[in-house]
Formats: sequence, structure tokens, C-alpha cells
Amino acid sequence: MSDRPALPAPPPTDDLRALLPAIEPDRQITDWGRSERVEGLLDATLVEFLYHYWFRCEVEGIENVPATGGALLVSNHAGALPPDAAMIAKAIKEEHPRPRPLHLTVEHFFKGYPGLAMLVNKIGGVPAHPANVHRLLCDERQLVLVFPEGRKGTEKLYKDRYRLRRFGRGGFVEAAMRARAPIVPIAVLGAEEAMPIFAHVGLLQRLTKLIYFPITPLFPHFGLLGAAYLPAKFRIRFLEPIPTDGWGERPWDDTGLVQTVAEDVRARIQDELIDLVSHRRSVWLG
Amino acid sequence: MTSNRILVTGLSTFWGGRLAQAVERDPRVETVIGVSPEDPTCELQRTEFVRVGLQHALLRRIVHAAEIDTVIDTRLVVDSLQASPRVAHEANVIGTMNILAACGGAGGTSSPVRKLIFKSSAHYYGCEQDDPAFFTEGMRRPHPPRTRLEADIVEAEKAVEGFAQRNPDVTVTVLRFVNALGPDLRTSHTELLDLPAVPCILGFDPRYQFIHEEDLVGVLRFAAEHDLPGIFNAAGDGVLALSEVASLLGKPPAPILPPWGSSLAAAALRPLGVRVPDEVRRQLRYGRGLDNRKLKAAGYAYGFTSRETVLAYAEAMRARPLRRGEAEPYRYEREVEDFLRWSPSVRRKGTV
Repeated sequence: MSDRPALPAPPPTDDLRALLPAIEPDRQITDWGRSERVEGLLDATLVEFLYHYWFRCEVEGIENVPATGGALLVSNHAGALPPDAAMIAKAIKEEHPRPRPLHLTVEHFFKGYPGLAMLVNKIGGVPAHPANVHRLLCDERQLVLVFPEGRKGTEKLYKDRYRLRRFGRGGFVEAAMRARAPIVPIAVLGAEEAMPIFAHVGLLQRLTKLIYFPITPLFPHFGLLGAAYLPAKFRIRFLEPIPTDGWGERPWDDTGLVQTVAEDVRARIQDELIDLVSHRRSVWLG
Repeated sequence: MTSNRILVTGLSTFWGGRLAQAVERDPRVETVIGVSPEDPTCELQRTEFVRVGLQHALLRRIVHAAEIDTVIDTRLVVDSLQASPRVAHEANVIGTMNILAACGGAGGTSSPVRKLIFKSSAHYYGCEQDDPAFFTEGMRRPHPPRTRLEADIVEAEKAVEGFAQRNPDVTVTVLRFVNALGPDLRTSHTELLDLPAVPCILGFDPRYQFIHEEDLVGVLRFAAEHDLPGIFNAAGDGVLALSEVASLLGKPPAPILPPWGSSLAAAALRPLGVRVPDEVRRQLRYGRGLDNRKLKAAGYAYGFTSRETVLAYAEAMRARPLRRGEAEPYRYEREVEDFLRWSPSVRRKGTV
């Protein structure tokens, strides 16, 4: 990630929007590789169970997710196998008056790992490339979820729970500004306890070529059972959208402004998390 | 500017031959000349064939003598099964240099060429883990080329770019084509898709985009009829997953290549007749998608989407055993062609 690829400039894309490929009704897979069938199957079984019965998700501020147009959803990220993305997507599907598909940006690692490479884009994962985010937000006017912490959020140890990591270089703010799409911060409570990490095993990580090889309450000593979550109570709070079109012509050139906005988003999520944790009586019952 | 006097290189290739067939039917085109080192492989009515290698001095004489205004260069080797790496390098790098030299003015003489259309390939972008899902024309490839073929294509395009800068009065169009499919076309991909099952790498379901052979010729002709300076992606609408391609063809996917050590496995499959070149192996792993909107914005309307291309190919494949041996394969005989073109005894339709 030494030099970042240049993004297309916004003005010419305006007229190109009409030229996006038409939807072919016979297809079950989108141009991004998302499969209705696989996603639907997973949604009707595992996600449904986790959302309603295991994590008992409670959602606040769903009206902050715009019903039309592109929007960039920004959330905190936690858990060895992070369940937060699936829960946010399900929350929008269940609670929003106008449910929309959510595209999740994932690390390029997934595209190169056998098995995961097949699965991740079938269920709505999109490689976290600035051009991908721009196309989704600006041209296709979709909802995109990013975790600016990335793997720094998921690999952090249990003792650091609910302490947000660094928000990268603010690339997500830049992407939202270029697409003139609002940023919707999200605070998720519960993911930290669903699959906490106590330690990392560096040697096994290198052998398996995974991003990390964690020790969680159930992994690796219980084998495949280690993929099971602990039944923490989930609370998802959608915060007020931050418009990005009020900063003049080319706000993304102003790195100071980009960093300030990124820091502001981070601070908002961190404040909400502190508020959520302080009001929580029990990790399991909420 | 519309093209009146056209030179097509690589006439013996599928693309060159089909393009010449399409161009010569257009009465507005005065002259079509085709060059290539080998005999043409399809029947041509009025295209004049000159057997010439890639020596720029000879090409230049043809260009000047026939006052060629448009050169369509279809000769680039974009499939490593078509030629050995050495021959491909020769054709792609040295050949491109020679054609550019023949098109440019030299030593004070100005060249009649006003338009150069260069057929390139999406292999220019390569296939990497951290690629964008849709390449646009302005994107540079994120990593240096990994296969010889890619390196050659990148070098050829660089030479064309330099030519465009030195000759601002020449309209230079570079067309980057995705994998083409069609009933008459043989590529390393059609070889794999013709197998009883579609080979893939275990654990990967890459994204694939196709262009129909008719669109391929259509895009080249469109570029000849209109002025399109710059680089254009040419790809059918829609990006398919390889599993989707397999189901459209009605074949099961066969994960015969292991995720690790797939190059060794590909080498082991070679004696069995399954040839998976490096660039195809990378595509089977990471896939590739192109943004085709720039060409659409320029006015070209694709006849086939990626899905329709695969469906058309599936139909053609099913009909192929019935068609076998139906028509004699075309053979070029200079005496016969010359007789048909120039003899006063031949009654020609129309007066072109």
C-alpha cells in the first residue's frame, strides 16, 4: 500500500452513471460477484438465528440510514471472526422502512485466500479499493460499510475492548467526499465479547497464512466449535449522518480537513461506545 | 475523419481476417490492404493481401504508395498459446515498433496516416489480489507485469503512447479487449471451456467478463468510422462468476488446480492436453472486471452482454459436431485470388 491508486475525478462520472450495465433479470449474481442465493440462504438461517436469538440485537437510530442515494456507514470493528458486519446488514434489512443491500468493504487478503475468496464476495464483500467504494457510492448509489480500523480492530486483545484503534489515513472520508455521500457513524456494542481474543500465536499464523491466529475462549482447543460466538447482547446505534458536500469544490485535497473529519467520526463513535458500555448492566443480558 | 484507405495488419489472424471482411463490405471504403507474414485464413472479396513480415521499410513503402490514411493493427499476440514466448515477444514489442515507424513521418517526409487503431488486451491490467473490481482506462497497473505476455503488452502500449505524443495530428485509439468468445474463435479460454467440465482453482470463483467476436469486430470498425483518441476498454456488459459461466454452458465446474502450487499442477496437466498458460492461471485465481462505459459514452452499443456471449457460445458449441466437415476450410491460393480480383473475364457484382 505504498502509493494509492488515483481515484477517478467526479465530474465525468456524472454522465457515465446512465451507462451502467442494465440489470439482467435471469442472473442471480451481481457484477460484484454477490449471489442472491448464497446470501439469502445464509440470511434465512445463521444470520437470522444470531440476530434474533443469540445476540438479541437492539437497534437505535435506524432512521439515520438514508432511504435513497449513496451513504458510507462507518463502524467500530471487533471479534476474531467479526459478527458486526452481518448484524448491521441484518439490522438494515429488518428495521429499515426501505431495506437496502449493504456492501461491505473487506481486505484484499480475502480475495487471495482459497475458500474465503469464493464466499466473501458472494455474501456482499467488496475489496476495499478506493475505486470500488467510489463506484458503489457515486455511480451505483449504494450503501457501503467500512471499518476504518480494519484488522487492527479485530486483532486487538480483550483488554483493549471498546478502545477504537487508529482510523487509517482517513481514506474513507476522502471516498465519501468524492462521492458527495453522507457518512453515517455506527457504534456496535457486544461484538467485543462475542469472540474475544486473549492472545495471538505468531507461528501458526505464518503456517496457515491467515491474517492472525488467535486464542479465544473456544479456539483452538475446541477445534471447529471455536467458530461459535458467546451470546453477548448486541446493541447497534446508528448516529446522525455527517454531510460531506458542504466543504467546497474539492475538499479531499485538503488533507487537514480530511484528517479532522476522520478524527471527528472516530470521536463520535468512541463517545457513543463509552455511553453504551456505561449504561450496560450485563454483558449477556444488556 | 472517416477512413477511406485502410491497412489491416495481422490479416492471417482471426481478428484481422474478420475485420477485413467487415470493412470491405463498406462501399465508402476505397481500399483495403491486408498484411501479414502468413496467408489469410478466411475468404476475402476485394481486400488485397501482401505477404510481408514486420520490416518497417517495406511497410512504409506500402503505406506511402497506397496513401493509407488508417492503420488498424490487429496483430498483437494476446494469448500465449498462439505463439511461443519468443515469437510473441518479437511480434508484440519489435513488431509494434516497426509498425509505428512505418506509420510515422521520417526525415522530413510526412506520413499519409491520420489514424492508428491499436488492438490491445485487458492483460495490460494484469490480475492481482488488490485490483479494483472494475478497471477504468486511466488506471495504471498496481504492480509490475508478472507474466511475459503482460510485460510485452505493457511495453507495446508504451510505444504506442510515445507515438501518440510525437504525432499529435494522428488520432491514436488503443482498444483493450477482454477475453473474446465466439463460434469461430480459438483461444486458450475456449480450449478450457470446451472440456467436459470447466477447470478452476479449488476455492476460487473468479469474476469473468467476455466480449462476443461480433462486438470485437464491431468495436474495431466503430473506431475506424469515428474519431476516438485515447484508450478504451472493450468488454461486454456484466461481469460473471466462473461458476455462472459453467452453469450457462451446462457443465460442472472442476477444481482440478490446487490453490497452492497451481503452476506445478498446470505443468502436470499439459501432457494430458489441458493447457493453462500463466495469464489464464492468474485469471482463474483473481479474475478481472473492466469498466466499459467510456466506449459506450463514445457511442458504441454492444450487441452482446457477457452473459449473452457465453450463451451464444454454448449454442455454437452444441451445434459444432453437426457442422463438422460441412464446408471445406478456406485455403489461400495466390493465382486464384489474383484471377478473381483482376481478370477481365470475372463478372463482378457492383462496381466497387
